[in-house]
Amino acid sequence: MYASAFDYVYASSWSEAVQQLAELGDDAHVIAGGQSLVPMMMLHFATPSTLIDIGGVDERTIELADDGTLVLSALVRHADLEHSDVVAAHVPMLTQAVRQIGNVRVRHRGTIGGSLAHGEPAAELPCVLIAHGASVRTLGPEGERTFAVNDLPVMQLMTSLGEGELITRVEVPTLTEGQGSCFIEMARRPGDFAMVNVAAIVTGDESGACTAVRLVLGAVGNRPVDVSEAAQELVGSVIDEASSEAVAAAIAAAAEVIPSSHAGIEYRREMAGVMVARALRGAFQDARRRRSGEAVTV
Amino acid sequence: MTATRGHLISVTINGRPAEFAVTPNLSLLELLRTDGGSPEVKLGCGEGVCGTCTVLLNGEPINSCLVWAVQADGGEITTVRGLAADGELHELQNAFLDHAGSQCGFCTPGMLLTVKWYLDRHPTADREELRHAIAGNLCRCTGYTKILDAIEAYRDLRLTENDGD
Repeated sequence: MYASAFDYVYASSWSEAVQQLAELGDDAHVIAGGQSLVPMMMLHFATPSTLIDIGGVDERTIELADDGTLVLSALVRHADLEHSDVVAAHVPMLTQAVRQIGNVRVRHRGTIGGSLAHGEPAAELPCVLIAHGASVRTLGPEGERTFAVNDLPVMQLMTSLGEGELITRVEVPTLTEGQGSCFIEMARRPGDFAMVNVAAIVTGDESGACTAVRLVLGAVGNRPVDVSEAAQELVGSVIDEASSEAVAAAIAAAAEVIPSSHAGIEYRREMAGVMVARALRGAFQDARRRRSGEAVTV
Repeated sequence: MTATRGHLISVTINGRPAEFAVTPNLSLLELLRTDGGSPEVKLGCGEGVCGTCTVLLNGEPINSCLVWAVQADGGEITTVRGLAADGELHELQNAFLDHAGSQCGFCTPGMLLTVKWYLDRHPTADREELRHAIAGNLCRCTGYTKILDAIEAYRDLRLTENDGD
């Protein structure tokens, strides 16, 4: 397989990359890890005139800010997240999710910024980041802005990023006291595209009841969907099999499910319900374990 | 900012320094198989699914079909030939021979490099962990059982040898 000819230039900073994109026009494209872009170029789905290599514009930093926010360079690779103790301790769903991305080779090249900008509905990271209320920092011709990851995906391979606008940082509010989380992915085989992704964060109180739920369903529709609203009836009581399944059934019934070559719509709808129920119970149990001070392995 | 179609890159392949003039649309895989003199790196799917083209770039496993040669500039590349020193097979290769972990042999270079990288970091990995480690290295002949037998034999050998240190 051979990609069409293209030029290749290096950016030395985020602002230089934005400038190069503006100068080179529509047909130029940035490349970070290239694990989605290169296959698309090999298949001639993407035929950029120039690739702007942003791999060297920033360190791959993973930092816990003073206010407890996890701040990630957009160039952080999946393998960096996978092997980070800070990530496992503060945003364990990221650790759970990156393990499911592609395979060890893909994880050593693919970046968090690239995954978000690609806009693949089955991607794991947007699902987790939306559940955590994360935001992206971007730089474009009009300068910097920060907005919620939830406002990023539009539909398959389409995001709300403006022309020439690049994701430079991802900021993730971490798990707080009383919270537990659970990410569940269903795929035909490990590393394959997800058929269902669910990210759940449950807050529990001392009495053992649930006091708040965050829930995101991904990979079934055009983009990951925040369905927290539909799970609010769980607040005030213990999340058990019956209550989680009732909520999950309603969410699955209402979900937009798009056609997929992996399985039929009705099957994926049913599985969405099963995975949502499991993730809710998983997050509830996780919150309980963390409250009791039990050692939690991600 | 200069946009050129020809780029001069410097890499080392199995410890041997080399320079190449490459066009941007040349994959690292293609470079290795042609001017790079390393036809032991195999082309499987060409889209990052099968793991056949695995090499180590700066010590990390990558799909060489999904990396442009220009991106490897300044990098150290290890192919399966880099495992064997002076014509002596690596113990992992011997383990594959002993346990018939290689049938047609096409997936073997990628399999060996992935396993070597993984066991260097997780020397006591159990069979289940090893199964996950080679996820994405597709073999169409052996059905993986013999491959895993070979990998476990190599792991045990390493552990025994390290006990003696």
